[in-house]
Amino acid sequence: MQAEEKFTNETWPASPEKQTLEAKNKFLGFWFFLGGETVLFASLFATYLALKDKVPNSEMSLAKDLFEMPLVFAMTMILLTSSLTSVYAMYHMKNFNFGKMQLWIAITVLLGLVFLGLEIYEFNHYVHEFGHTFTSSAFGSAFYTLVGFHGAHVAFGLMWFIALMIRNGKRGLNLYNAPKYYVASLYWHFIDVVWVFIFTVVYLMGMVG
Amino acid sequence: MSTLAQKKGFGATIWDYLTTVDHKKIAILYLIAGGFFFLVGGLEAMFIRVQLAVPNNDFVSAGLYNEILTMHGTTMIFLAAMPLVFAFMNAIMPLQIGARDVAFPFLNSLGFWLFFFGGVFLNLSWFLGGAPDAGWTSYASLSLASEGHGIDFYVLGLQISGAGTLIGGINFLVTIINMRAPGMTYMRMPMFTWATFVTSALILFAFPPLTIGLFLMLFDRMFGANFFDPTMGGNTIIWEHFFWIFGHPEVYILILPAFGIFSEIFAIFSRKRLFGYSSMVFATVLIGFLGFMVWAHHMFTTGMGPIANAIFAVATMAIAVPTGIKIFNWLFTMWGGSIQFTTPMMYAVAFIPSFTMGGVTGVMLASAAQDYQYHDSYFVVAHFHYVIVGGVVFALLAGTHLYWPKMFGTMLNEKMGKWTFWLFLIGFHLTFFIQHFLGLWGMPRRIFTFNEGQGLDAANAVSTVGAFFMAVSTIILLINIIMTSIKNEKVGSDPWGDGRTLEWAIPSPPPFYNFKQLPLVRGLDALWIEKMEGKKGMTPAEPLGDIHMPNNSIIPFVMSSGLFVAAFGAMYHADEGNTWGIPVLIIGLLITLGSMLVRSVKDDHGYHIHKEELVDDDDKGVKA
Repeated sequence: MQAEEKFTNETWPASPEKQTLEAKNKFLGFWFFLGGETVLFASLFATYLALKDKVPNSEMSLAKDLFEMPLVFAMTMILLTSSLTSVYAMYHMKNFNFGKMQLWIAITVLLGLVFLGLEIYEFNHYVHEFGHTFTSSAFGSAFYTLVGFHGAHVAFGLMWFIALMIRNGKRGLNLYNAPKYYVASLYWHFIDVVWVFIFTVVYLMGMVG
Repeated sequence: MSTLAQKKGFGATIWDYLTTVDHKKIAILYLIAGGFFFLVGGLEAMFIRVQLAVPNNDFVSAGLYNEILTMHGTTMIFLAAMPLVFAFMNAIMPLQIGARDVAFPFLNSLGFWLFFFGGVFLNLSWFLGGAPDAGWTSYASLSLASEGHGIDFYVLGLQISGAGTLIGGINFLVTIINMRAPGMTYMRMPMFTWATFVTSALILFAFPPLTIGLFLMLFDRMFGANFFDPTMGGNTIIWEHFFWIFGHPEVYILILPAFGIFSEIFAIFSRKRLFGYSSMVFATVLIGFLGFMVWAHHMFTTGMGPIANAIFAVATMAIAVPTGIKIFNWLFTMWGGSIQFTTPMMYAVAFIPSFTMGGVTGVMLASAAQDYQYHDSYFVVAHFHYVIVGGVVFALLAGTHLYWPKMFGTMLNEKMGKWTFWLFLIGFHLTFFIQHFLGLWGMPRRIFTFNEGQGLDAANAVSTVGAFFMAVSTIILLINIIMTSIKNEKVGSDPWGDGRTLEWAIPSPPPFYNFKQLPLVRGLDALWIEKMEGKKGMTPAEPLGDIHMPNNSIIPFVMSSGLFVAAFGAMYHADEGNTWGIPVLIIGLLITLGSMLVRSVKDDHGYHIHKEELVDDDDKGVKA
C-alpha cells in the first residue's frame, strides 16, 4: 500500500497508524523511545527523592511549605483532560474525519498551553514568595530539574502538535501523516502519565511532609 | 577505498558520505571515525606507559598525566570501542537478517553524526585550555573541584555522543523485530544478530541514567545547581550510582557484540554449527539482564553497608555462570571441527584463555571483602584490560579481518594479519599480566609516577615494553589496510569459502539495496543449508519487483552541528563576564530544533528502483 494513496471513508484502514512498514517501524520505535524516556524520568524521580527537603539551613522552605493543593489539582485536571481530548482526536483519525481530528488536537493544545502557563505561574510564585530557586539548595535543583524536564516535554509536545496541524491543515489524512499524528498523541499520553507520578511523588507526598 | 570513490570526484564523494543514509556507508564512517579515535586513545596509552617506564620519570607533568589518563579511558570506551562495535552492527546485522536497510536510515545517519560531533567536541579540549582530568568515571567530588573547562568538555561531549548511541540502539531493535526476511525466526537469527539485539536493549535502558547524570553535572558546573554539593544539601554519591547504573551495562554493551563476532568466527572456521545455539541465546539474554543488577560492585568501598555489598557481590558472581556456558559452547564448537587457523580464528582461539583470565579476576573482585584489598590498585587495571582488550579489542581486530572483504570487497593480507595478531597477543599479555602483581604489591592506579626501590621498577618496565609490541602491531595493521586498499583485488560473495549466514550470499561489497529479492530462510545458518543441498545461493522468497529506497539527507549533519554549537555556548557562559554564551546556546538549539522541524514538515517518501534496472544488474553478477 502506498503512503501517498488517496482514501475515502470506506477505504480507510482500521489501524492507519501501522499500515505501511515505515509506519510499523515508527510505531514500534516510538514505544522503545518511550521506554528510554521512562528510565530518564525514573532517574530524575530518584534524584528528587534523594534530595527532597535537603536544604543548607533551617530557614529555607521545604516541600510542605511550598505546595498548595488548588493550583496543582487544577493543573492535574487540565493535563488529564488534554489526554482525553487527544484520544478523541485519534478516534476521529481512525474514522477518517480530518476536521474533527484537527479540532480536538487544537483543544488539546489549548489545554496544554493553560497547563504550561500555570506551571510558569507556579515556579514564579515559589521563586518570589519563598526564595525557592534552582540554585538556592539541592532540593531546589532537584525540584526544578524534575518538574522542569516535564514542562520542557510539554512545550516540545505542543510545538510538535502545532507543526503537524499547520503542515497537514490543507491536505487531509493519508497513510504518511496518520502515524505522525498517532505517535505525537502517544507522546502526549506519556507526558500525562509522568505528570501523574509527579503529582503523587512531588506534590501529594510533599504536602504530607 | 570504495569503487564509488574512483568514479566520482572527491567533493562528490565527501558530499555522498555526509548525506548518506545507507547502513553500509554509515558502517564505514563508524569504522573510520572509531579507528581514528582508537589511534588517539592508543597514543594516550603509549604516553601513560612511557611515563611509567622508569621511576620518578618526568616525561609528562602530573596534571597532564591526569588529562592523558582520563582521555585514554574516555576515548577508548566511548569514541573507539562503541563506534567500532556500531560499525560491525551496521555493516553486518541488516545483511544477516536479510534486510535492505535498517528501520530508520535517517536516524542511523543522525546517530553517527551526533557521536562524531560529540567525539570531536571532547577532543577539542586538548586545544582549548586542557582536557578533563578526573578519570573516565569523573566522580563528582573530584570533578566539581576541577578547574578550567576540561570536565565541561567531558560532560557536553558525552551528552551529545550518548544521544547518538541511544538513537542507534532503538534503530537496531526495531530493525531486528520488524525487518527480518521471510523464514528468519528469532531462533534462526545468527548469534551476532542476537548479540546486537540484546546490546541494543541494554543501550536503551542504560544510556538514560548517564544522560541524567551528565545533566546534573552540567547544571552543577555551568548553571549553579547543587546536586553534588553537600554544603547545599547535595549528595555526591548520586553521580556514582548513575554513572555505574550506566557504566556496568556499558561493559556488556561492549562485550556481547564481541561474543557475537567470535560465535560467528568459531562456527565458520570450524566448519560446524555453533554448539548449543539455544543456550548461547539464553546466556546472552541472561548476561544482559544480570548486567543491570550489579552496578554497585564498583562502589563496594563507598560505604553502602554489608547487606548491599553482599547482594551485589553474589549477583556479580552469578554472571560467571552464563559466561561459562558460552566459553564451553565455543570450545565444543571447535571440538571435532575441521579448524582453519585464519587470522580471525587465531584471535578467537586466543580470546578464550585471555578473556577467561579477566573473568576469573572479575570473580575475585566481586567478593566484596577481597575488593577492599584490590580497590584502586593496578590489579583492577589488569582485570578490566584483560576483559576489554582480551575480549572487545580482540573481537574488533578479528571482526576487522573477517568482515573487511564484506565491507570493502577485498581481503586483508593474511600474513600481515598474523604478524599483527602475534605481536598484539604477546604485547597484550606482557603489558597487563604483570600489572596484576603490581597491584598486589601495592601500586595504586592513576598515579603519575613512583619512587625507586619499592620493587615496582622492573615490572613497570616490562609492562611498557609490552605496550610497544601492541603499538607496532597496530602500525602493521595500518600498513596492511593501506596496501590492501591500493592493490584492491576484488573477491566474490563468500571469500572465506565457509560462510554460513546471509551476508555471505550477496556480493562483496553488497549493492546498495543489499538483496535484489529477499531470501527465503529455511533454518539456522541459512546459506550453509543451501550449500549442503548443492545450491549456489539463496532461494528468493519474492518475485523480482520495485525496491523502495530512502533519500539521502544533509539534515542529520546540520542537526548534530547545532548541538555542537550549543555546547560551546553552555560551556563558556559560566565564565566571568561572558555575554555571548547564552545567545550561542540558543542559536545552537534553534539550529537543531529547526532541522527537526524541516525534517517533520518536508515530506520524504524515498524513491523506487525499478524492476528493469535490477535486471540489468544481472550482468554484474548480482544475485539474491
